[in-house]
Amino acid sequence: MPAWIPVTVHGLRKQYGHVAALRGVDLDIDHGEVFALLGPNGAGKTTFVEILEGYRRRSGGDAQVLGVDPGDGGRAWRAQIGIVLQSTTVFDELTVDEVVTHFAGFYGDPLDVGRVIGLVGLDEKRHVRGGKLSGGQKRRVDLALGLIGNPSLIFLDEPTTGLDPEGRHQLWDVIREFTSLGKTVLLTTHYLDEAEALADRVGVIIDGQLAALGTPLELGGRDRALASVRFELDGPLHGHALPELPGKVEEREELAVVETAAPTETMRVLTHWARTLGVDELPGLTISRPSLEDVYLSMVRAENHAERDGA
Amino acid sequence: MVRNVATPAARATGTPRLPSLAQLSWARTRIELKLFFRNTDQVFFTFLLPVLFLVLFSSVFSGKIDAGPGRTIEFPTYFLPGIIASGVMSTTFANLAISISIERNEGLLKRLAGTPLPRAAFFTGRLAMAVVVTVVQTTIMLVIGIAAYGVDTPPTAERWGVFVVVLVLAAAVGAVLGIAYTRLIRNARSAAAVVQPPFLVLQFISGVFFRYSDVPDWLQAVAAVFPLRWMAEGFRYAFLPDWFGQFEYGDTWGWKLPVSILCGWLVAGFVLALRFFRWDRQSDR
Repeated sequence: MPAWIPVTVHGLRKQYGHVAALRGVDLDIDHGEVFALLGPNGAGKTTFVEILEGYRRRSGGDAQVLGVDPGDGGRAWRAQIGIVLQSTTVFDELTVDEVVTHFAGFYGDPLDVGRVIGLVGLDEKRHVRGGKLSGGQKRRVDLALGLIGNPSLIFLDEPTTGLDPEGRHQLWDVIREFTSLGKTVLLTTHYLDEAEALADRVGVIIDGQLAALGTPLELGGRDRALASVRFELDGPLHGHALPELPGKVEEREELAVVETAAPTETMRVLTHWARTLGVDELPGLTISRPSLEDVYLSMVRAENHAERDGA
Repeated sequence: MVRNVATPAARATGTPRLPSLAQLSWARTRIELKLFFRNTDQVFFTFLLPVLFLVLFSSVFSGKIDAGPGRTIEFPTYFLPGIIASGVMSTTFANLAISISIERNEGLLKRLAGTPLPRAAFFTGRLAMAVVVTVVQTTIMLVIGIAAYGVDTPPTAERWGVFVVVLVLAAAVGAVLGIAYTRLIRNARSAAAVVQPPFLVLQFISGVFFRYSDVPDWLQAVAAVFPLRWMAEGFRYAFLPDWFGQFEYGDTWGWKLPVSILCGWLVAGFVLALRFFRWDRQSDR
């Protein structure tokens, strides 16, 4: 392992005139890690990523990418990073093979063109010109161009936007294949399931600051959040008082909702109670914890409320 | 599938050998030419426009310049150098400024900027493409001029040499200035509007469409700052007899001054392009 950490950022700030796009972001991304950056539009995701890619200059703080300040990254540095931009670039007059071959020529140690085209699932379109590809196929060309230089760090800015579900899953497989080689990925996405499927860690950027950071399972205290047990108070259960339960019980019409930190104990008590009433199956039973999406949305909403109250 | 590639750890210990500037410039030139010739609309209009000018001028202004016995020039022969000069500027300066603005808008350039491709290789590719297209375009014009209008070709081998040197230099100057000029174009939609006015004004004051000696002195002085006037003079020197040139340009008539000034503009243009060119309007690169 090289001595440097692939991405290390301290107090990163970016100012556009009077607008602060980034207000002090700290982040380290480790070797072989897939890091997903979430956040609403305009929160600073793209600014953050583009500073690390060397497209924009920071206004303050420190940033090192592959041990180099991205503001002074030279050709050798560029050869080590792969970039898939948010917007699809189209080379209408060139075939898939011609574009990928041309880009491969920029690098000292590129991957095999045929392999990369196969990897992104464009084997059959290899000799078709860019102008004749579908939106999803063009996106795959973008990914191929990001990977062809055999980078050790890949930036993927909303890579699966515009793809159908099957295409998204296929691209996820490509990304997993790459990370299995020990490569580091910085991904931005609007899809919570994508972050959950791919990322080792997730960061939520809101209003230019990292509002939360953690694994998809523990983000925003999701792992410690209360579980919610729901079932219907139907048939033989109707009219019977609920037993003592380790949590907050709420009865809404025919529905019982238990918010609890101890769902297993709750279920033990509930099944015993139901049996004594001659019921083996609790009707309409669900046990759930907040999804990553729930956690994320509540964070974004809380921020919006705070903004409104402050204004 | 890709498991046999070197790991980042292994690669970080050795310096990756990147392709040389020459290799990359050559690769860019090939792809630019491929892109140009595959865009049939662009090919058609690039080659048609100057031919159209030649046909129109020769039809509207028929006749000859008569300055006494043994001193006559047919109008088509007189116009040809100016039309070649303006065609070169159109194909290089105007075309590159507009097409690069469009590519920048579409994010194509940003994509290239994210790779180890050096900017000099990108410029060289564009420049070489512009030179090749210009040479083809000018050849077509010459052939039509000779076949249809009986224009006089450069009288000596030396003048042919001047013609070729000025042509290549002019195309290169137009190309680098077109690349530098993209800095002034805010978005692709306004590109033509930002490019055409200075180009049109220069055409009028540089003696492209009528005699340079008819241009007022102060405008001549303005035109002399810009390269189009020197391209036109270089081409006139190649095509027209000496008696005419001395009459129009006086002591400056010759190839050395236009070629030196165009060389100066080429260097200045390359520096300006490197300094002012932006891959992406929003970013800092």
